[in-house]
This record gives sequence, C-alpha cells and structure tokens, in this order.
Amino acid sequence: MAYSDKIKEIYQNQLTGIQEAGLFKQERFIHSSQDAEIEVEFPTGSAPKKVINVCANNYLGLSSHPEVIKAAHEGLDTRGYGMSSVRFICGTQDIHRELENKVSEFLGTEDTILFPSCMDANAGVFEAILTSEDIMISDRLVHASIIDGMRLCAAQHDTFKHSDMAHLEKKLQLHADKRLKVVINDGVYSMDGDTAKLDEMAALCEKYDALLFVDESHSSGFIGKTGRGTHEKCGVMGKIDIITTTFGKALGGASGGCVSGRKEIVEMCRQKARPYLFSNTIAPVVVSGVLRVLDILSQSTERRDKLEENTKFWRKGLTEAGFVLKDGDTPIVPVMLFNAKLAQDFSKDLFDLGIYAIGFFFPVVPQGAARIRTQISAGHEMHHLEKALDAFIQVGKKYDILGKTKQEIIEMYGN
Amino acid sequence: MEDMKEIILEYVIEEYCDEENDDVTFDTPLISGGIVDSFSMVSLKRFLENKYKISIPDADASPEAFDTVNKIEVLVKRFQ
Repeated sequence: MAYSDKIKEIYQNQLTGIQEAGLFKQERFIHSSQDAEIEVEFPTGSAPKKVINVCANNYLGLSSHPEVIKAAHEGLDTRGYGMSSVRFICGTQDIHRELENKVSEFLGTEDTILFPSCMDANAGVFEAILTSEDIMISDRLVHASIIDGMRLCAAQHDTFKHSDMAHLEKKLQLHADKRLKVVINDGVYSMDGDTAKLDEMAALCEKYDALLFVDESHSSGFIGKTGRGTHEKCGVMGKIDIITTTFGKALGGASGGCVSGRKEIVEMCRQKARPYLFSNTIAPVVVSGVLRVLDILSQSTERRDKLEENTKFWRKGLTEAGFVLKDGDTPIVPVMLFNAKLAQDFSKDLFDLGIYAIGFFFPVVPQGAARIRTQISAGHEMHHLEKALDAFIQVGKKYDILGKTKQEIIEMYGN
Repeated sequence: MEDMKEIILEYVIEEYCDEENDDVTFDTPLISGGIVDSFSMVSLKRFLENKYKISIPDADASPEAFDTVNKIEVLVKRFQ
C-alpha cells in the first residue's frame, strides 16, 4: 500500500495546523433549493432550520425561478444529460453556439466562448493570448482565479494599488516597452463590493495602447441600467477587450462561465485555452437554463430594479443603525467587524435568530478587516430584509458596536 | 550605504504600503510578511535596475533575496 502511515501523518499534521490556525472550513448542508429562505443543517447532524439567506450570489433570485427550471427540463428532454466529449470533438451542440451568440448580444461584445466555469475562463485566457514578451498589470485585489490564471501564463506581471488610477498610469509608463500590455481588474470586487473605474481605465488603456480585461462575475445581470454590467454603468460598452463572467451567480446560479470580447481574442481561446480544450463544456441542462435567464433579463429590468431598491433599503437600514459598512452601491454590503472571533460569534448569533450570513476573516480578507459579507437579492421581499435588519441590530446591540467607529470597535475587540 | 537602504525603503513604502502597514523597517519581511506579493516584485526589480544601473538576472531575483531591505541592498551591491 502506497498510502503509508508516514504519508498519512503528513496530511494529518497539515490538517491539524489548519484547524489550530482557526482556518478550517466546513460545509453546511442545505436541505432546500436556493432561495431567499433556505433550510440549513447546522451544526452537522442537527435538524434543518429555516433561515433567511443573505450570503448567496443569487442576486436576481433566478436560481429557482420556475421559468428557468422549466427551460432546464426542456433542455434535458431535448438535448440530453451529458456531452461525453470536449467541444472540438463531438461536444458542441447548437444550443452552445446559441448561448455564445446571446451572451455576446447581452454584453455588447464581438464574440464569446463558453468555459466549464469562470474559474476556468480566467485560468485559460491569459496563457492563450499572451507570451513572455507581454505584461499583465493587475489591480492588487483581483479574484483568486485571475491570480491563478496569471500564474499559468508566461507573460510578466505587475500590480497597481487597488483602484488607484495614477498608480496604474505609472505602471503603463514603466512597461511601455512590452509587446502587449493588459490591464486586469474585477468589475465589482467580491469582498468589498466596490466598482472598478472602468471609464478611467478605458481612457488610460487607449492612451497607452493597452488591452482592458474585466471579470464581471459579480456584475453581469444587474449592474448598469439594463444589467449588462460594470461597462454599462461606466459608459464604456464596446470598449472592453476581454470580459470574463459566470453563470453561477446572478445568471441562474448553476455553473459555467465564458470569455467574451474581441473576435480574434475569443478565437485564440478556442484554439489554445486549455480548460476549453481539455474538459467538457457546460451541460445542456444548464445551457438551456441560462438561455432562458438571458431572455428574462432582456425582456425586463424588473428584477434588476427590485435588487437596486432592496440594496438601498438594506444599506440605509444598516447605516442608520450605526454599523460600519464598506462604501459602495452594489448588493455586496460588507458589515465591518475587524476582529475574526467577533465575526464568527456575530454570524452564529445571527443564525440563532434565523439569519444566515457568514463571517469572513484573514486570509480571505486582509488581517484586521474581518466582516460579515451580506449579499442582497431580488428574491428578498421586504419582510425578509426587515427581519434580517432587526436581527443585525439585536446582535449589534449585544456586542455594543452600534454607532461605534472602526477604531472604537478595534479597541474593544482587537483586530 | 545607509543612503541606498533609505532609498529602497522609501520606494517600498511608497509602492507597497498603505496607512495600515507603513511601519516597515530595514528588517521587515516584505515577501514572507505579505507586504509585497510575488506579482509585484517586478516593479521593485525594475526600480533597482534603473536606479543603480544594474541588471539582476531573473534567477537571482528570488523572493528570498527580496525579502528585506537589508537583503535587497546586498543583492544590489553584488551586481554593481
């Protein structure tokens, strides 16, 4: 047997280390479909409890929408369950190309290529389009999947301070000698909920002849007047060279992602991107569901508008109650607690009151920046938000943090 | 060579620090301490090369060699 006691001990020691550092992650089992209210088994083995969910990426409340489920059933019936092949052998159906065209239309781009996930899109795109003669210049807070993608790419990399356009310009000047320069950022930052300055970035990229890349995973479907994304909000539709996004959040929440943008860049991904070449694409049942999601969003902005109203109510309520929030206007609303233990205790107390929200702390966020990240959905009705707000205030009073500044909270609990 | 260390330290604070981690000294671990991530090292390398008119081979530009201002000074002097 190759799995000797010595090998086993190595892993056991590593797992113990993770546990002792307080970084051990445990799944919580949900016994219902994804929705504003879910049934959660926590702790493991206990009876499922019905709670209001304020930590899902289900921004538009489409994860369990009847029309999306119906479309998924139809896809299953007419196109089957699996592909059993990668795209370029016999794993491309008509509906895969139909979805690529619809995504291009929705995002206002020239072409789109599907990936099994946005993680795969980010992992594959840079290696497919850049060489060692090129430079990737990324915001220092980009998503982990982008960092992994950059690691897989032979191009050099550099960073600029988060959302600091003067620093970005310096970097574009510093690397003026490179063959290709790509500026890389998220549209909406998942931990802080702030939005990229895409208009300023697009102008800089034009000035310095650089490509502009944006991950729109936390934007597609609801940011901008018609939900096209951050590029719509910033008035630069058509000026983004590479967009990656996911179907695993607002756009139905199942799985799958894509690279969308300039025709030649998409074609390079089709020829060279390894996650596209060496794994099956999105299953037909999911493709059919996403097609229906895009139809729903193209017909009406009702859900996106409701999300905006819900977000305003939630931010206003938490602010007036005296919580310290991260600035922004997106449905990602981080409630800052600064101390990791406080964040975990706060989350547990919320759960006891029927509210499901998770504490985030180092290394997911910087040291001393622990928080409860709340995420609002169009699936929330006002009574959900009112109940959740009441619970936050009740727990906030318990820990005496309402009306306190960042410094005061840190003095009370440490960071 | 106090001047060289001061210049490098000033650059590191300006380039990589914010108000919450600006208490960097000559001995503060930059890479292993999480202040400078491996992706951001290229700026530091280019700064040193331009400032001191040297060329640092990629093989020598390791995270260990860049980990403190003191170590960076040793590295720069090697290639001067």
